[in-house]
Amino acid sequence: MPSKPQRIELTMETLIESIALAEEVGVRVAAVAGFGEDDQYKIGLAVHEGVMNAFQYGNQQRRERKIHVVFELHEDKLVIHVVDQGAGFRLEDIPDPRDDENVLGDSGRGVLLMKAFMDEVDVFSSSAGGAVLVMAKRHKP
Amino acid sequence: MSFRASSRDVGDVTVIDMEGRITLGEGSALLRDLVKQNVGKGRKKIVMNLAGVNYIDSTGLGELVSGYRLVKAEGGELKLLNLSKKVTDLLQITKLYTVFDIHNQEAQAVASFGH
Repeated sequence: MPSKPQRIELTMETLIESIALAEEVGVRVAAVAGFGEDDQYKIGLAVHEGVMNAFQYGNQQRRERKIHVVFELHEDKLVIHVVDQGAGFRLEDIPDPRDDENVLGDSGRGVLLMKAFMDEVDVFSSSAGGAVLVMAKRHKP
Repeated sequence: MSFRASSRDVGDVTVIDMEGRITLGEGSALLRDLVKQNVGKGRKKIVMNLAGVNYIDSTGLGELVSGYRLVKAEGGELKLLNLSKKVTDLLQITKLYTVFDIHNQEAQAVASFGH
C-alpha cells in the first residue's frame, strides 16, 4: 500500500510579500523532495506565478483574503495546490501569448510559464468558488 | 537581491543597467518609470542591459514588452543586452525572443541603431 504523501501547507494573507515567500518555500520543498537545482528554480517560478495570479486576479490584492498553498511529496512527483478566495477562472479562457495577435499583449505569460516548467497544470473551482490551481512535477526516472 | 536600475548615455543611445530581480512590485515599477522618463526626455534609442538580472517573472517580461511598445510608438527602438541563460529561456518560451533585437556586447548594441 503506498504511504500517504507528506504535506506542507501555507496559509498567507494576500500581500505582495507572500509571492516571494511561497516561492522560497517551494524551492526548499523541491530540494527536500530530491529535485536538482534547475528543477528547484522551475518549481519556485511556477509557485511564484501561481501565487502572483492568486494575489492579483483571484484575491484582487485584498489583504483579508487568504492564499493557501499545499505541497504534497508523492513518491513519483511533487504536487502543488494554490487556492484563492476569488471568483475562479478557466485555463481555456487565458489567451496564448505566443499567438501573433497576443505576443505584445499583457496577459497569459504566467500560465504559459507554469505549463512550460511543470508536467501537469490544471485549474478547478473550490467549494467556495475560488480557483484551485494544481500543478505537478514528476521525478525523472 | 532587490532591483536596482540606472541609466547612462552613450552618444544618442541610453543604456539602462539593471541588477537583481524584475518581478511584480518595486522592480517592475522602477523599470517602467525609467523607460518613461527617458522617452519623456526624447531619448528614443534605448538598450536594456540585463547583465545583473538574475530572475524575472511574467510581470517583468510584461514590463520589457511595455517598454518596447512605448519606445516604438515614439518612433524609437528598444533592444536587450547581456541576457542570462534563464532569461533567454523565458524569452524563448514566450516567443519574445523573436520580437526583441538581442545583443551580447554593448558596443554592438549601440552601433546597431538605425540613423
